[in-house]
Order: sequence, then structure tokens, then C-alpha cells
Amino acid sequence: MSIPSQMKNLKYIVTVCLLMVAPQLYGQISVSLDGPIKSISEAVKMAEPGSRIEVQSGVYEESGILIEKSIELVGIGMPVVNGMGNGFIFIVRADSVTISGFEITNTGQSYVRDYAAIIIEKVADFVIENNVVDDVFFGIYVADTKRGVIRNNRVESYDLREASSGNGIHLWNANNPQVYGNTVIGMRDGIYLEFVEDADIRDNFSSQNNRYGLHYMFSNGGSYYRNTFTKNGAGVAVMYSNYVDMSDNNFEDNWGGAAYGLLLKDIKHSKISGNRFYRNTVAIYSEATSDVEISGNHVELNGWAVNIKSNSIGNRFIGNNFIENSLDVRTDSPRNNNTFEGNYWSAYEGYDLDRDGVGDVPYRPVSLFSVIIEKQPAALILLRSMFIRLLDTAERIMPVLTPKTLYDEKPRMERIP
Amino acid sequence: MNKLTHIIRSELKSLMRGKWVMGYGLIFLALTDVLLRFGGGGPETLLSLSNVMLLFIPLVGMIYGILYIYQSREFVELLLTQPIARNTLYWGLYLGISIPLMSAFVIGSLLPLIWHGIFVLDVGSTVLVLGLGAVLTLIFVSLGFVLGLAFYDDRIKGFGFTIVIWLFMAILYDGLILFLVFLLGDYPLDKFVIIVSMLNPIDLARIMVMLEFDISALMGYTGAVFNRFFGSSYGVITAAAMLVVWLVIPMWSGLNVFSKKDF
Amino acid sequence: MIEIKNLKKSFGKLEVLKGINLDIPSGQATGIVGPNGAGKTTLIKSLLGLTKPSSGEIYVNGTKLNGNFDYRRDIGYMPQVARYPENMKVNELLTFIRGLRDQDAVFEQDLIDQFNLGPELDKMLRNLSGGNRQKVGATLAMMFDPQILFFDEPTAGLDPRASHRFKQRVQTEKSNGKTIIITSHIMSELEQLVDHVIFVLDGNVRYYGTMDNLLIESDETRLESAIAKLMEHPVEVAI
Repeated sequence: MSIPSQMKNLKYIVTVCLLMVAPQLYGQISVSLDGPIKSISEAVKMAEPGSRIEVQSGVYEESGILIEKSIELVGIGMPVVNGMGNGFIFIVRADSVTISGFEITNTGQSYVRDYAAIIIEKVADFVIENNVVDDVFFGIYVADTKRGVIRNNRVESYDLREASSGNGIHLWNANNPQVYGNTVIGMRDGIYLEFVEDADIRDNFSSQNNRYGLHYMFSNGGSYYRNTFTKNGAGVAVMYSNYVDMSDNNFEDNWGGAAYGLLLKDIKHSKISGNRFYRNTVAIYSEATSDVEISGNHVELNGWAVNIKSNSIGNRFIGNNFIENSLDVRTDSPRNNNTFEGNYWSAYEGYDLDRDGVGDVPYRPVSLFSVIIEKQPAALILLRSMFIRLLDTAERIMPVLTPKTLYDEKPRMERIP
Repeated sequence: MNKLTHIIRSELKSLMRGKWVMGYGLIFLALTDVLLRFGGGGPETLLSLSNVMLLFIPLVGMIYGILYIYQSREFVELLLTQPIARNTLYWGLYLGISIPLMSAFVIGSLLPLIWHGIFVLDVGSTVLVLGLGAVLTLIFVSLGFVLGLAFYDDRIKGFGFTIVIWLFMAILYDGLILFLVFLLGDYPLDKFVIIVSMLNPIDLARIMVMLEFDISALMGYTGAVFNRFFGSSYGVITAAAMLVVWLVIPMWSGLNVFSKKDF
Repeated sequence: MIEIKNLKKSFGKLEVLKGINLDIPSGQATGIVGPNGAGKTTLIKSLLGLTKPSSGEIYVNGTKLNGNFDYRRDIGYMPQVARYPENMKVNELLTFIRGLRDQDAVFEQDLIDQFNLGPELDKMLRNLSGGNRQKVGATLAMMFDPQILFFDEPTAGLDPRASHRFKQRVQTEKSNGKTIIITSHIMSELEQLVDHVIFVLDGNVRYYGTMDNLLIESDETRLESAIAKLMEHPVEVAI
């Protein structure tokens, strides 16, 4: 081995060492209540791009913390940032910013401005993770962004009025955001998307929000899956969007006169599969929806399994389990432009003589009783009464008042696993 | 009190040996088992079971009660000549025959639910449905008693009334409600339909089943009275209280008839 | 001691008992006779507390009947038709009734032996012959050694041997000083068992007195013809 090559090796080792030490020496800033740097804002001003700020536990009464450099902001032992009711708390205006491990509370309240615990504007590749956002107006507010991750945060507020509460995770005009593992409770909308392309929303838990657990507006592509939406004021709404993939979610206990497991309005070319709808007032509500495939869902103990308006065209309900819903399908027209095929309906009373697992007579999921309560809602008290069952059976044998063309030609005899 | 339990125990022992009660229990056992095997999960089975229960328990209960009076006439008269108060004898006989019928239903339905593992999953719903069946049994056995005592010497009339009362309560009554709802459709009807439904014990039991399984549908109705009634514990409490009233009325009138009757 | 004062009973418009007055002293054996529908059954049911008088009073051993039941401790009743719960065994029935009376069933074994019921004790009541069921009824009536015994057509279903034994037993009870009241259509049987006769017709007592007196007054030698005469000539017979 020659001397020059040894020198080269040494140089390499020194460089590596320097690189390893450098952040500690130059890029790392520690903030603590009893240290030299007591304010997060101050630390952010001092920081160079690429540096890491560690905030020690304690209560920091700060708001309007403006981040215009690509830095990493990390809470150690869940420091609390209390905005004292003034405007925004963190404002992110640089790419590749990470905010992690903070408890953020007490933003401003306004009817004009959407004050949020964290606002991320006109940037890319942000990471917001492991934060607890508590008692705020808006939680995490994202606008005009590319990529970026929001994960494992918890957002919770306590205002029960729709107008004076903000959204938990609010995405506006974002491309490819990833939102996963978050818990959102008691906001206006749990997760709100408007003009978002190709969102990836998964494994979130959204509950007891005043309006929608998830609200999808004008957002094409993308998918949401394995999320749980329970006890939201109005369930989940997906509106004016195309090519959305909704699968393996859990829609549960969304009750009320205008509450839906899943509300679809002006949705095209989308897929709804493998979801579980349990004890919602209306499991799936569909208005002006077309070319949507609803398959392999488990729809149990809802008030209405499906409420489909006559302006919904070319949708396919295939291979779903409809189990003990108070009423199966409701519609507002004697005509039917959608397909129901190969579903399991627990209310089906037909037989299967050729033993192929498919009932030999079609099932008509719109019962006479659902037509009756459309006209006289108070008759709802007669649900499951013997008299009503007799009427329904008679009507199913010889339909007069229910849509003649809405039926499942191949009703399954047993639940689809 | 000692004499009361003595009567109950003696009657129970004798009835448990009878084919009637055993058969009745076995029917529910077979029914529940078949429902579980071919129907699927818990709520589905419990709802089918409650449909059967709401229809047949009233009929079987009444026929069983009236049949007991008719078949045991001479024996009851013999017992009445013993030094024992009529009240005691009434409660002894009534409980002695209704408890086996009730147990046959509860045990018959419960066993399959236990061995299919549904009971553990849906304890609340199971207890509610079986409890309602038990209460309906008590109500309608005592109605049968009352009918048997009222038509003590005219069995044809007694059975005739039993069938008519059953048909009316189990089926026609709801048709009547529906008819009235359409007749009075222009008025707010929430309160009306709730009150009218509460006057029929079968409807009451049905409403309690609804409160357990269909609350999500009930919440979809925008009527304020409905929502307040069904959306709070108010509905459950009122329905349960009315069911107790319905339990007391036939029992009490049976006791009344029994203690005043010339045998 | 049974006293009946002006007992009236109506079922709806039908007046069945029209003012009955009777004194039946302790230790007397009395037969109640009368045609069907005369009011015999209603009279006995009133004494047993099965029916309630429309008016009038009944005293049993000094206790006025008003829906009370303790006085029935002194009464044993053997009904005409013996029907019991089908799925009860004979000894279960005996236990059942014993439990209702909390009195000593002093003659239980005695009666079982006398009526040959021993082999029947473990049988279901539904499998018992009519005669054996009657014997069970007689046992139930007498086993507590009550002061007053009512027998309603007691020998109707009994074979001659059992009938004989039953009559023997009644004689024994009689000689033990029991008050015995029997209704029967078999006049010869009454001749053997009772000394006093109550003849009820149309809701009234037409005759109440000793059998001997009745035979003398009616100038007949057999009760049957005496009663027949009474029915043909419904004249008041002195008591």
C-alpha cells in the first residue's frame, strides 16, 4: 500500500467524522425553559437550513412561529406550545420542514381567518408527525403543497357548533399528500380535502366530528382505506370527485336525520369495496353518481342500506352482504338505472331448488313499507310488525307500488365471506 | 309463602314431565339452532327469533293458560276445598304453570346461542330478546287464565276469543294503526302512533326490539317527538314501564276473577 | 256443627238456592238427595267455600264463611269426578296435598292399606283406573282425620269390593263421631250410611229429618219410594 493511498483513506475518515459531528456542533439548537434559548421562535430565527431544533418539555407560550427554512423541529418529552388564543401557532413556509412531538393548543378563533395549530403553505415534502393538537380552531392546515406526510397525530377539540369549529386535518389544493395513523375527534370535519390530487389517506380514526368524519370535495384520484369513521354528525361525504378508491373502511354509528355512513354526490368512475357499514342511519346515500362499483361491502344493522336517487346511473352493487338493515333500498323513482346483482340479503325469503347458492326468484330490495314511510313517515313505528311483513311479502310477489325493475336477479343464499 | 312455593314446585315438577313444555322448548332449541346454522350471525338470528317470538308466544301462552284451566278444573276445585287462601292458590298455579313455559322458551333459545358463541358476543341483545319473550309469556299465560276463568263453562267461546284476541293483537292492530296513519295523515302523528302502539303489549315488545336493532333507522326520522322519545333513555324507560303495566293488568284481573269466582 | 241461615244463591237470573235454613249437628250422618238441578251441588259448594252466597249466612263450627279458609282444616272433601294432573304420581299428589294442609296425615297409611293403594303409589295418575282414582280421592278426604266429611257420589266408580270397603270405612268414621254429609243417587247406599236426610227440590229444603221419620211419614219401607212420593206430592213434611 502506497503512502498517497493512505493519505486518501485518512482524508475520507476525517470527512466522515466531521459529517457525523457537524449537526451537533453547528446545526443543532436546544430550547428549554431553563437554558440559554427559551423561545422556539428565537431558535427558529437562529437556525440554519438543515438544522435540528430540540425543544425540551415545558410550556411555551408562543404563537406565529414562522418557519421559512428547511429545518427539523422536534419536541423532547412533549413540550406544550400554547398559542394563548392568538392566530396561528406554527406557520410553515419552506420545503422539507418536520414538526414532531409537540402538544399544540389554544389557537385564535375567527370567522374570517382559518387559524390553525400548524399551517403549511406553498411548500413540498413536509412531515408533521406525533403531535397532539388539542383545543384549537383548525388543526393541521395544508394549502398549495406537493407530497408531504401527516402521520400519527392526534387532533381534538370540544366545540359542538359546526360554525365555530374548524377542520381537523384540512387539505386544500394539495398534490399526493399522505395522511395516515391520525386520530381526529370533535372538529367540524375530521379530514377535509378540496382540490387534492391523488391523496393517500389510510388507517385514520375520525370520530364525533360535528359534520363529516371525512369530506372529499373536487379531489380526483387517490384513495382512502382502512380508516374508521364513527359517530360523526353526518358521516362521510365524497362529492364532485372522480376515480376515488374507497376500500376497507369502517363506517359506524353515524346517526341522524341527515347522517350517512357514506354520502356520494356527483361521483364518477370510483370503487367502494370491502368496507363495513354498521349501524348508520343510511349506510350509502347516492346522488347523481355514475359508474361506481360497490362490491364486497358488509352492510349490517343500518336504518337504510342504500338510498339511491334516480339521477344515479350505471352504478353496480355486486356481491355485498346486506344484513338486518331496517330497510334495504330506498329510491325516489319507479325507474331504476343501476344494477344489483349477486348480493346477500338477509331479508330474502326465496328458495334455491337447484342448490347453486343463488336464489331462484329475484329479490326486490325496495319494500312496500319503505314506500309507505316515504309518504307517511310516522308509520315507521310499525317497522318489523307482522302486518307490515305480510304486506311486504304480498308486494314482493306482485309488485305494484315498488319499482318493477329494481331487483337482484341472483340473490345469494348465504353470506359472502 | 311456604304453601305458595310448595304449589309452584309441585306444579312445576308435574309440568316439566309433560310433553307439552318439553316439546315447546325443543321447538325453540331447533329453531334457534337452524337459524344460527343457516342464517348467519347474532343480530340476524336474534331478529328472526324475535319475529317468531312476537307472533307465537302470545298464541301459545294464551292457549296454554286457557287449556290449563279447562283441563284442571276438577283438580283446581279440589285444591280450593283445602284450607288455603285463594290468592295463594292463584299465584301458586299461575306461577307454577307459567314458569315452566317461560323457562322452556328461554333455555331452548339460549342453549344454541351459547354453543354457537353468540351469547358472549351479544349479551345485551340476547338478554333483551329472551327477556321480552319471558315477559310476553307471563302476560299471555295470565290472559289465557283470565279467558279460561271468564268462559269457564263454554270452552268453544273461550278458545274462540283466544284466537280472535291473538289475531287482533298480533296482526290486525298494526293494520289499524297504519289505516289511522293514512286517515289522519295531515296531522302531526308522532305522539299518536307512539301512544297507540304502547297500548298493545306485542307492539310494545316489538318497539323494544326496534330500540335495540333499528335505532339508526329511527334516528333518520325527522319528527321531533319521535327523536326525543327514541333517541333518549326516555323511550326505553317508558316502553319498559308500560310492559310492566301490561304484566300487572292481566295478572291482577286474573287474581280478581279467581278470588271472586263461583266454581 | 253446620248452620245455614236463609242461604240464597243466584247465577244471573237463575235462582238456584231460594232461602235455605239448616242445622246439622256434629256427629250426624246426613244424606242430601234431590233431582238434578235442585241445588244440591250449589249447596255443597257453598259449604266448601267454592261458591259465594248471594245472601244468607253459613257457619261451620261457629266460624262464619266470608272467603276465609281456616275452617276448611276441619273439612275433608271427596269430589264426584276425580281428575288430577296427568304427570303427577300418586304419592306426589299426597305430598302436594299434605303440604297444603300442614296437618298430620294420621290415617294416610291406614287408608292406603285399606284401599289397597300401595302398588299404585309410584304410578302416574293418568295411568290409574277410575276406581283407583276415586280411592285416592277418598284417601285425600279422610287422611287428615277432619271433623266434617263431604262425599259427593262417592261410590260411583268403585267396584263392589272397593265400594264395600269404602262403606265400612265411613261407618268407622261415623262411629268415631264425625259429621258426614253424602250426596248420592243410590238410595240403598244412603240407607246404609246415613240416619238423616235432606231433600232439596227447586232450591228449597223439602224435607230434613231422620230417615226413619221420613219412612213413617211417607208410609214407605224404602228410601227410594219415599223420595219418589215426595217428588210426586211436594207437600211440606214436618221436620
